[in-house]
Amino acid sequence: MSAEIQVPAGAPAHAASARFETWLWIAQRASAVVLALCVLVHLVTIIYAVRHGLTGAAILGRTRGNTAALAFYALYVLAIAVHAPIGLRTLCQEWLGWRAASLNWLIGALALALFVFGLRAGWAVFLG
Amino acid sequence: MRNDYRSRNHPAWWAFLVHRLSGLALSLFLPFHFWALGNALQGEARLDTLLKWTEQPLLKFAETMLVLLLAAHLTGGLRLLALEFLPWRGWQKTLLAWAAGAAFAAGLAFALAL
Amino acid sequence: MDMLKVSVWRGAASGEYRSYEVPRQESQSVLDVVTYIQRSIDPTLSYRFACRVGMCGACAMTVNGVARWTCRTHVAKVAKNNTLQIAPLANLPVIKDLVTDMREFFDKWARARGQFVSGAGTTRKDDFARVAADSPERVAANAGIECIGCGVCYASCDVVSWNPDYLGPAALNRAWTLVNDVRDGARAERLAAVAGDAGCHACHTHLDCSERCPKNIAPTASIAGLKRAVMLAALKGEL
Repeated sequence: MSAEIQVPAGAPAHAASARFETWLWIAQRASAVVLALCVLVHLVTIIYAVRHGLTGAAILGRTRGNTAALAFYALYVLAIAVHAPIGLRTLCQEWLGWRAASLNWLIGALALALFVFGLRAGWAVFLG
Repeated sequence: MRNDYRSRNHPAWWAFLVHRLSGLALSLFLPFHFWALGNALQGEARLDTLLKWTEQPLLKFAETMLVLLLAAHLTGGLRLLALEFLPWRGWQKTLLAWAAGAAFAAGLAFALAL
Repeated sequence: MDMLKVSVWRGAASGEYRSYEVPRQESQSVLDVVTYIQRSIDPTLSYRFACRVGMCGACAMTVNGVARWTCRTHVAKVAKNNTLQIAPLANLPVIKDLVTDMREFFDKWARARGQFVSGAGTTRKDDFARVAADSPERVAANAGIECIGCGVCYASCDVVSWNPDYLGPAALNRAWTLVNDVRDGARAERLAAVAGDAGCHACHTHLDCSERCPKNIAPTASIAGLKRAVMLAALKGEL
């Protein structure tokens, strides 16, 4: 015998919305794991670059034609394009009270823009 | 009624605030970062002009802050992943100390490397 | 005699702090102070309590800005310069003075599917279910089971303030104890009910709840468990 659960009225639990939020959460954590590695490499590279000359020639001499680094960079940009917009979305919801559907479209557009703009920067530095 | 700072004044809440504000600052910086790198498309000289421009003390300070924020967001994020995915009982404050220490060390390493 | 300066919230959503002088006594609890005001100074003061020994969860209030169970909170621990500020719990509508309307708080337990549902095909004629005390599920349930429903975690939680639909630490902690009940027959519905923006994924691990819980429960750990369980369900396509 299974008891009938009485659920009081209130915010309706939209299954589709719950699924969407769950996947956003998973994407946020998965990208965080990728970023943890990327940022660590980035921090080491920053300190190395600062020590070994921060000029256009020095930087481009290290990067131009370095396809392995470009592949790494592309993964880094992808993870950022996933991670940052989801975080900003939460911030908008909690601190600005902005929960309309328009927010999701804006965040999606931001993700796309970051990805494209980031790849363009990678193109400039690694292939140029 | 709403809570005020008295309710929030504990280490994990400050860690949250650092994580959120550093995330926001890094997100705002990203477009500038990509734009600056994109300048390499116009040749080495253009990149050099830009790098010269960042030699100003104020910008050097801002750069150090950004490295510190990136390190803080990294270590704070690792802490969150550990809290959410590893079984835990009461070691969150130790973790917090490690996160803060590592972020500070990274900032220091950058500042000294200048 | 030493006197305590106590300012107490009077009114409902709108109101004001009113000051009272209460004699300081040894081993005095904050609930003793409130009781003294009502019995000896102003009988119109409304507040809620029942057991006075930390079992019933009725007497939680905001003391000097922090949500606490007042019956087990010594004045010596919280008073600064012999002053106390006592307010109703945050994040809940105020009915009068120190009494909040806890309907939404408990409704959220139900919305998180906080009731035990027996498994399909079981009857009352069945033998007792045997649950090993040291099984991982039982250990996880034990960690959250001592909740007295006082609302301190809910009142302390910033995510509740920022997202009024959020089910909150207590309801999610309750759901987690049931997810770990091997006799439970409503796992899928419960995981669906606690998923998403109003559920476990709204938690940012502020640890407000775990910091303030008078029973030393860590709802944050329970919510993290739900996040993992919901994630696995989503990855398997069961959400």
